[in-house]
Amino acid sequence: MTTREFLRFAWTQLTAMRTALVLLFALIVAAIPGSLGPRVLPQRPNNPVLVREFLDAHPTLGPLLDRLGFFDVYGAPWFAAIYLLLMVSMVGCIVPRIAVYARNVRAMPSGAPRRLDRLPQHVAGETGRTASEALDAGQAWLLARRYRVRRQAGELSGERGYAREFGNLLFHVSILGVLAGVAVSALAGFKGSVIVTEGAAFSNSLSQYDDFTSGGLFDRSSLAPFTVWVDRFDVEFERGPVQRGAARQFLVHARVAEGLGEPVAAKLEVNTPLLTRSAMVNLIGHGYAPVVTITDARGATAFSGPVVFLPQDGNFTSLGVVKAPDARPQRIAVEGIFVPSQSRAGGTGPLSTFPAPDNPVLWGTLWQGEPRAETGRPENVYSLDTTGLTRVMDGADPASFRLAVGETHTLPDGSRVTFDGLRRWAKLQVSDTPGLPIVWASVALGVLGLLLSMFSKPRRVFARVTDAAGAAPRVEVGGLDRVDARTGLAEDVAGLASALGLRADAAEDDEAGTGREEHT
Amino acid sequence: MTGFAYYSSVAMVTSVVVYLLALTAHAAEWASARRVEPEPGSRARQERLEADLIRVDRFGRVGLAMTVIGAALHVGGVVLRGLAAGRPPWGNMYEFVTSTLAFLVVGYLVLVARGRMRWLGLPVTLLLVLGQGLAVTVLYVAVAPLVPALHSVWFVIHIVAAAVAGAMFNVGGMASVLFLLRTRAERRGRVAGYLRRLPDAEALDRIAYRAAAFAFPLWTFTIAAGSIWAQFAWGRYWGWDPKETWSLVTWVVYAAYLHARATAGWKGTRAAWLGLLGVAAFWWNFVGINLLVSGLHSYAGI
Ligand code: HEM
Repeated sequence: MTTREFLRFAWTQLTAMRTALVLLFALIVAAIPGSLGPRVLPQRPNNPVLVREFLDAHPTLGPLLDRLGFFDVYGAPWFAAIYLLLMVSMVGCIVPRIAVYARNVRAMPSGAPRRLDRLPQHVAGETGRTASEALDAGQAWLLARRYRVRRQAGELSGERGYAREFGNLLFHVSILGVLAGVAVSALAGFKGSVIVTEGAAFSNSLSQYDDFTSGGLFDRSSLAPFTVWVDRFDVEFERGPVQRGAARQFLVHARVAEGLGEPVAAKLEVNTPLLTRSAMVNLIGHGYAPVVTITDARGATAFSGPVVFLPQDGNFTSLGVVKAPDARPQRIAVEGIFVPSQSRAGGTGPLSTFPAPDNPVLWGTLWQGEPRAETGRPENVYSLDTTGLTRVMDGADPASFRLAVGETHTLPDGSRVTFDGLRRWAKLQVSDTPGLPIVWASVALGVLGLLLSMFSKPRRVFARVTDAAGAAPRVEVGGLDRVDARTGLAEDVAGLASALGLRADAAEDDEAGTGREEHT
Repeated sequence: MTGFAYYSSVAMVTSVVVYLLALTAHAAEWASARRVEPEPGSRARQERLEADLIRVDRFGRVGLAMTVIGAALHVGGVVLRGLAAGRPPWGNMYEFVTSTLAFLVVGYLVLVARGRMRWLGLPVTLLLVLGQGLAVTVLYVAVAPLVPALHSVWFVIHIVAAAVAGAMFNVGGMASVLFLLRTRAERRGRVAGYLRRLPDAEALDRIAYRAAAFAFPLWTFTIAAGSIWAQFAWGRYWGWDPKETWSLVTWVVYAAYLHARATAGWKGTRAAWLGLLGVAAFWWNFVGINLLVSGLHSYAGI
């Protein structure tokens, strides 16, 4: 390598590493706003409700932040710009290095420099052997130490630690692998969720999902058919004084049928998802579904069944709406609050003291209205559209009820609301993440690469034997580490020297670099 | 509190006291080394110097002995806690802090046994006293079973990797602090007292690098193991939860540190500051996020 080439090489290297550093900093800084937590800066993918509240509370700042993407930092264009730039820069740096590395691996070690005494480690002296004997012995010694050796005219060059650069390249390439896996998942995967009450089932078709997202390359009509029955859902909470109320067990006793196959019993828990042939089914939420019957003024059953209520707090005070559009002469709707363990303190309203259904109570207010024509438009089952409805009043106050299991509330017109019992519901997430094997394989390779690169010792050693007329041949050995922060160079140089037959007493020891070896 | 849980608490609290003694001894070592200046002088002066050095050394040895006793109590406390809970003892912050520090003290003692690393005694015992003290006073919670999301082998793997990596990040961070102090002293031409007893700046830099180089692959693995666990527990391997984000930020900071060490102009002092930023990110992720920011991870119980 000429000086000019070297300078150019050094310059590109320098700029590339600088670029990498700057971009890594930028990535760190850019990642922070999204990580401050929902109370400081909520993120839409995790806390959409809090984002809406933030926007309401900050009418000027909010929309500005929104436009700049601060409510979805990790999906924001500027965040993508940084990591894409980082990847481009990395590819620009890695590809030439791979080429250089491929050449180096095939090439022999370079020849010995003229002045071995300039190297960080150097010893010289006389040997008792002939030049060729000494070189043979030195070569054998180097090969035994897994050095790659080049021998030419009275000289030996040894090089080892090729694994370092290999590992380093492998690591950087594996970062691209991780991104590729993430991209494959985003494009070809899907994720959907559905709430299933005990005793009910879910079939994997688009219409059954409560929400569903999929990548651009995913064919929504290709959902593989399978059915999951939620037969029973065991839930336990801590009852002892320590961490009272903490979740202790979630166990869904399920049956699964693939396609038209027979149902097979299966257990679904928080850390043990069901694996069907095409998807993973995780248990990601739970709650209560009070079973309610509404009998209309004519005595006909207008509605009967479990109704999913959504939990609002850690003790599962839950909100829900029971609708009986078929009740006659007037349709009926109930805005309910379900409390699994109603506080027994006198005078309290709906207040839950424990997440398990120790004292389940259904509170509610009532609405009635003229029957409405069936529009066929889907309605939100968790909220009540009160147009055309009027609140049922009890004197000046809205009529309300409080029911324990088995109790019935009768409306002024004779229609009745009965709290029959209780089921649990499980929120299932069905997903396919086809890039995941790519991601994890890449991470594994990346860790392997790091280990290779961190724990190998790239090192070069050289030996020169000069025949001196009439005297013993003179031996010179020198070595350098390609990377600092390694030990054992002095030992290798000394070892090679003694393999060459250097007389210990005659060694003109040059300890230029040995002072650094202490304290390790 | 009965049986194992009780003895675990006793051992932990006692370890804080013993670590405090160790810290005092190392502080005395530091303080007495301050006055010991090898100046050329009379014979009497040389003799006094030697006596001083022996005294300094005695403080250091007492500190080490105390650390060994404290470590035995500490590790015993962690093991008993695990026996009391009937599971690996890292289900909440109290348990994670005590376990990480146990890995740290064991790692330190191994380093002392293998090489001349006793000079790390002062910062290590300082960290132990602060960390263990905080754990037994503020973070303590009684033994309780795990929430279902923690029932996973990946939980065990993920946390062990995180604790060991964290311990090594801290060792590296301490070496970086000492590196910065020592470089400053070297630049001013006044390397005196305790600083003189440290390895030179270059060696400190190397030790900091080695600790980070050891911890970085492990931290990479920690994040990967966490993502596998998240896929099983929550149905997504990555969700930009604050905890996840900060472990990634920590990872990127250390990647920047490793790059900085290979970049002209960033070697040495600036790289050391980056290393410290890495430790800060680790602790923020661990203490700050758990206490101040709510996310999926915070339900593990403080
Ligand atoms: C932006 C483009 C990048 C370039 C040009 C680049 C270049 C390099 C180079 C030349 C080295 C070798 C340093 C040495 O010899 O000690 C290196 C090491 C390293 N890089 Fe990068 N890199 C880039 C991006 C990244 C990214 C995105 C990461 C991960 C976040 C990363 C993580 C690392 C790590 C951990 C090492 C240390 C490995 C070792 O010491 O063997 N790099 N990088």
